[in-house]
Amino acid sequence: MNAASPTQALLLATILFATGLLGVLARRNLLLMLMSIEIMLNAAALAFIAAGARWHAAQGQVMFLMILSLAAAEAAVGLAIILRLHAAGRPTLDADTGNRLKG
Amino acid sequence: MSDLPFILFSLVAACAALMVVTRAVPVHALLYLVVLLLSLAGVFQALGAPFAAMLEIIIYAGAVMVLFVFVVMMLNLGRTDRDRERHWMAPGIWIGPAILSCLLLAALCITLRAMPPTAAPDTLVSIGPQAVGIMLYGPYVLSVELASFLLLAGLVSAFHIGRNIRGTGAATGEA
Repeated sequence: MNAASPTQALLLATILFATGLLGVLARRNLLLMLMSIEIMLNAAALAFIAAGARWHAAQGQVMFLMILSLAAAEAAVGLAIILRLHAAGRPTLDADTGNRLKG
Repeated sequence: MSDLPFILFSLVAACAALMVVTRAVPVHALLYLVVLLLSLAGVFQALGAPFAAMLEIIIYAGAVMVLFVFVVMMLNLGRTDRDRERHWMAPGIWIGPAILSCLLLAALCITLRAMPPTAAPDTLVSIGPQAVGIMLYGPYVLSVELASFLLLAGLVSAFHIGRNIRGTGAATGEA
């Protein structure tokens, strides 16, 4: 029962990744798209942790740290772009009008 | 170690993820995202990775989510945004991506099931911070440097993009 945990964790990672993909594809709000990307990154991190638990290796958590720093950098840059779009006079966060950004 | 906490955390995480992508108000989606991250930390703990669980809480649910909260506060979204969001979430827009995501989910599940049943380990061994640290600063020290480069690039670009918004100098900082 307990030994099946890594497989179940992979299943959970699959579900989370599909949900995040649904969010990225279906939402038009940039902020919600960024949150969905965070969900997908977390699913990838969970897959690494599950693999590390399956093979009793610490490399899974090392890769989790890499994904963590990647997510932090991605969130900072993405949120800065969103703020810039908002300050450029676009009250909506529609992803279809991002081509008006200058500079 | 029982399997029950793992299943509970997994259920909470899946439900919270579904709520994140369907909420119309960004703040509600953000709160569900925090719930998702906390339950994922519980999953990590159940998988024998306490260091990753703590980092998930501190950095993800703490720092990155605070960044999101600040941005939502600065955007100052109102009732019209919520109505527009509801308008965008019409079923016609949702049906295609939902079908695609379900196809991907089915394909991944079939792939998972088709994997050869390797001999599963009997017990989950908890891998503490010490083993991770030795691994991180031993064979993987180059990737630590690469991560620091990445964070520096993120800091510089966030500062460059976010400089001098409406004269307030709103730099988004670094997580």
